[in-house]
Amino acid sequence: MDATFEFDWAAAFGSIPHLLPGIPWTLLISFGGLAFGFFIGIFFGLLRISPLRWLRWPAIVYVEVFRGTPILVQVLFIFYGLPQILGSPINALTAGIAAIAINSGAYISEIVRGGVQSIERGQREASLSLGLSRTQAFRYIIWPQAFRRMVPPLGNQAIISIKDTSLFSVIGVGELVRQGQIYIATTFTAMEVYLMVALLYLAITWTLSILLRQLERRGLAGQ
Amino acid sequence: MNETTQPIVAMQALNKHFGSLHVLKDIELEIMPGEVVVVIGASGSGKSTLIRCINGLEEFQQGSLMVDSKALLPHGKSGKALQKIRTEVGMVFQQFNLFPHLSVIDNISLAPMKVRGWSRADALETSQRLLERVGISDQADKYPAQLSGGQQQRVALARALAMEPRLMLFDEPTSALDPEMIGEVLDAMRELAKEGMTMVIVTHEMGFAREVADRVIFIHHGEITEQGPPEKLFDKPQHERTQSFLARVLKH
Repeated sequence: MDATFEFDWAAAFGSIPHLLPGIPWTLLISFGGLAFGFFIGIFFGLLRISPLRWLRWPAIVYVEVFRGTPILVQVLFIFYGLPQILGSPINALTAGIAAIAINSGAYISEIVRGGVQSIERGQREASLSLGLSRTQAFRYIIWPQAFRRMVPPLGNQAIISIKDTSLFSVIGVGELVRQGQIYIATTFTAMEVYLMVALLYLAITWTLSILLRQLERRGLAGQ
Repeated sequence: MNETTQPIVAMQALNKHFGSLHVLKDIELEIMPGEVVVVIGASGSGKSTLIRCINGLEEFQQGSLMVDSKALLPHGKSGKALQKIRTEVGMVFQQFNLFPHLSVIDNISLAPMKVRGWSRADALETSQRLLERVGISDQADKYPAQLSGGQQQRVALARALAMEPRLMLFDEPTSALDPEMIGEVLDAMRELAKEGMTMVIVTHEMGFAREVADRVIFIHHGEITEQGPPEKLFDKPQHERTQSFLARVLKH
């Protein structure tokens, strides 16, 4: 241990203005990616529970592939690999959003499947017994209940995806970690700056947690 | 043909299998409009499965089934006819199966609006009237979880009646209720029977069966062992299986 090390508070607080520009990028990549991931997740999640086997297997393959490979490899593949086929570069922001989208999409499709399958069989039977079509039963009865149960795990996934964007510093997109690295390169205050970076992530995820808890308390989420 | 002479349910040689299990065996059953039929039998005898075939919640493999002059086909291949039948056949379930995310009034008015295409105003008015009829008009804006079991089951009855069905199926409607709440549900069903509704009821409430049934059917291992008017079936059962079943359930 270096007994002479002293935490430099001035350097820590001084770094904040240099880190803040990373926050919009972090939010844009994570929520942009999650928005697409949500639709990907609904699409494959519903395919996954289709009564038709040939509709189920593409969903199974999708989930296994994109849940079973690291998101870092996925984003490197998109940013460095795909341009070889496309013949033109992909900008880092697009690559980051795409990586979050396909990766969170895999997890969200499992959340959707679990949510829908958690609704008691009797709900569907009661709907059908009243003469509702299968589509109506799903739209008016099954999905609204399933969605409430999906909100807590969706919030969990959002927090994971926000943190995952920190990996995208490797493709040079100017998110929080990247801003920290750039700043440290001139000041050499790694301890102070990474602590601030960590606290800024915590501020984002904690805010999200509080919002989600309010939703649950108002009975709009959970059971 | 005169409509009243035509059975609303006609089952012929109906057979159902669950894998290797033969659940319903050569069922022959006709139910006439206005008739109240109670189905009794031990658990696992196939009595719930039998009534669930009538609205297509269970598929059957062989035989023919006509409901409200429309044919239900084996292997669940009835297509559009099934949905048509379901609009005319109401069902009350053992576990109520109310929609927990909808208020009481919305539970009742949903199907008339979405299936029958009624206006919201008409649907709400009918729903409110039905709630009065089952004695819980003051609970319209509550959610199912805020009601007692007996109240929930009465809402479920109102929900089914809102579609103005020609036939009502009851699958052990009081089996999930606390004893003190059974009476209020049976009272509502008794009223309905008095008004002339065609009803098929699976129940363990033998006193109720004796009182309201025009005909009682005893099922054993998927077969109709014996049927007849309640006084005959309860007081002079012909079949040995019926006798031993009744001896067991009437002892309590």
